[in-house]
Amino acid sequence: MSNEPQAFGFHSKIERNVSLLLVLSLLVVTIGGIVEIVPTFLLQNTIEKVQGMRPYTPLELAGRNIYIREGCYLCHSQMIRPFRDEVERYGHYSLAAESMYDHPFQWGSKRTGPDLARVGAKYSNEWHVEHLTNPRSVVPESVMPPYAFLANNELDTSSISGHLKTLRVVGVPYTDDMIANAEADMKSQGNPDADNKAFQARYPKAVVGNFGGGKPGKPTEMDALVAYLQMMGTLVDFQAYNPAENER
Amino acid sequence: MKNAYSSIAVAAAAFLALMGAALGQDPTFRIHFWIIFASLAVGAVLLMRNMKLAGGAPADQSAYMDEVIRYGVVATMFWGIAGFLVGVLIASQLAWPELNLPPYFNFGRLRPLHTSAVIFAFGGNALMSTSFYVVQRTCRARLFGGVLPWFVFWGYQLFIIMAATGYLLGITRGQEYAEPEWYTILWLVVVWVCYLLVFLGTLLKRKEPHIYVANWFYLSMIVTIAMLVIVNNLEVPVSLLGMKSYPVFSGVQSALIQWWYGHNAVGFFLTAGFLGMMYYFVPKQANRPVYSYRLSIVHFWALIFLYIWAGPHHLHYTALPDWAQTLGMVFSVMLWMPSWGGMINGLMTLSGAWDKLRTDPVLRMFVMSLAFYGMSTFEGPMMSVKSVNALSHYTDWTIGHVHSGALGWVGMVSFGALYHLTPKLWGRERLYSLRLVNWHFWLATLGIVVYASVMWVSGIMQGLMWREYDSNGFLVYSFAETVAAMHPYYVLRMFGGLLYLVGGLVMAYNMYRTIRGDLRDEIPMGAEAPAVKAAQ
Repeated sequence: MSNEPQAFGFHSKIERNVSLLLVLSLLVVTIGGIVEIVPTFLLQNTIEKVQGMRPYTPLELAGRNIYIREGCYLCHSQMIRPFRDEVERYGHYSLAAESMYDHPFQWGSKRTGPDLARVGAKYSNEWHVEHLTNPRSVVPESVMPPYAFLANNELDTSSISGHLKTLRVVGVPYTDDMIANAEADMKSQGNPDADNKAFQARYPKAVVGNFGGGKPGKPTEMDALVAYLQMMGTLVDFQAYNPAENER
Repeated sequence: MKNAYSSIAVAAAAFLALMGAALGQDPTFRIHFWIIFASLAVGAVLLMRNMKLAGGAPADQSAYMDEVIRYGVVATMFWGIAGFLVGVLIASQLAWPELNLPPYFNFGRLRPLHTSAVIFAFGGNALMSTSFYVVQRTCRARLFGGVLPWFVFWGYQLFIIMAATGYLLGITRGQEYAEPEWYTILWLVVVWVCYLLVFLGTLLKRKEPHIYVANWFYLSMIVTIAMLVIVNNLEVPVSLLGMKSYPVFSGVQSALIQWWYGHNAVGFFLTAGFLGMMYYFVPKQANRPVYSYRLSIVHFWALIFLYIWAGPHHLHYTALPDWAQTLGMVFSVMLWMPSWGGMINGLMTLSGAWDKLRTDPVLRMFVMSLAFYGMSTFEGPMMSVKSVNALSHYTDWTIGHVHSGALGWVGMVSFGALYHLTPKLWGRERLYSLRLVNWHFWLATLGIVVYASVMWVSGIMQGLMWREYDSNGFLVYSFAETVAAMHPYYVLRMFGGLLYLVGGLVMAYNMYRTIRGDLRDEIPMGAEAPAVKAAQ
């Protein structure tokens, strides 16, 4: 349909040769990705040097998987930008290091609800359970769906060590000790009466408590999700963090 | 031997799905495989009922393969309505949260259903069926691969069913527009590679020396999507009989690769592919040659080169290193030019034929789609400027921007193509009613305008409320107050979407009557004006 077919002589070779067109267009579309993505794996300063980061405990990991399953990331971000209002509203701006063990990331792209990057330890466990069960009972303006059903779903504790093993394959530093004790750790984190010394040595700063009101030793999905929410943004020690050293 | 091997293959696949249902390690995985088994079993039974073991004339190898495109046209319409309907539902849930029905019909599970239904089911079927049509006509060759195009069509529908039912069951990877879990994606990759084979094979046996420009866009879309999907879905399943997998990338790299994928799902699936559609159907409908061959070359290569860099603009002011954010912003702004190259080439194709807009509502649809394409490809680069993004990010403005592109550009150009194709594919003299096309045009346009402007207001307002300080240096609004302020806009947005859905239903009715062979007795478009003679 063109009216000037000889205009670009060299181009007529490309448009007469399928293989050439295929190879050239594939070449052209790979460049941008390579230039932007590869350096983030090579440059040491992509991820800041911080103290306090550790892999998720088994219960927190199960909670994170529920967070993903229910599509929480579609309305809540986990990425505080370095603006005065955001830092005041949510806390210290987020660091890349804080999601270094997140497979996949959950930074989000929309705030229909507030940012959750540092929601940990801001509210009580009881508040979270009430809010998840019936959001408008504690926040009348909320448009969040109710998640009461989480309290009725008992967690599958038997498969969690498989999850830890898989995460180790993709680079999360779970030790043999953590994997061997995964099921027991999952049960005991939600049970304040259990002996949690060894667990807390494996996962520094891990909080033990009755998160979701489940029976001791039989954690529910509510326990897991609240345990995850309660640890969010609490790991990095910002007393020891030096922003000037991590200029990128 | 019609359908003999196909029905054996589908029955075997159904058996494998049954094994998955029986041996799956988690209950959700088992339910999902029961659904997959049921879909495949229905397919196998239907194939066997239509099986002929002997005789039957082999397909005429010189004729175009249009039956699969007819199925594609109907599927596009079906998934379009389904996607719009879920869109209206989730918009209503934001306005009236009581409409959430936990667990399966909560917003968080329905939202991926909406986005995947409109992008991958409606858009994907539109791309596949129009590309099959265009590549045959512009190459003067029958589709390559025997039954392979049928495998691509039905395989893709199975992918859609697997993805959609998975979302409702809570099977998701938790990355936007890349939600289907590992086994669904593996299936998609198989189907997609076959799609590439059909398309390439047809190009290779073409009888035209030149490869027409529409096919450059389709081809680059198919290969780039393959690259993006494979890289963004590199993951390790926990168990081969379980639904869960963990992506190999984490944190900042996971974010960067996700938006490299996500933005180019827009750039290649929703832009390059639909530009291919535009380059065939706009000149055909206007009966004019493409405005500039030179412009099509320049903007094709510039577009596919620049688009791939733009992903980091989704991550401004995040923990992504600044240099990557800046690169993303600069390339996004540059992208404005090749994008408008496509718009100019499309609109100027009408030069000398603008009068046809008065009598041809299908052409009107194409022109409106190009206008929205131009609008949203200006808005996009603007929003990728960091200081604008500081306000717009995380707000409804982004949602409005996506919808002016998706409803305006992708939707309208697909509707135009479907209206163009339906009478041709079913051998009808014309559409059942051009006046109904006109109704659809105005309902859809009004719907988009309401939607986009409401989201501009709510998005900008939301962004300003979040950052508003009083004279004492305190934040003025709590987050909950900003949520409450959104309510009237969420209601209006739902109304805009509803208009668009009703337009879609009008179209479905019009297409149904056209396919049946009915012609509505109506005054031709443009005939009311007394001084003007009716067209034709």
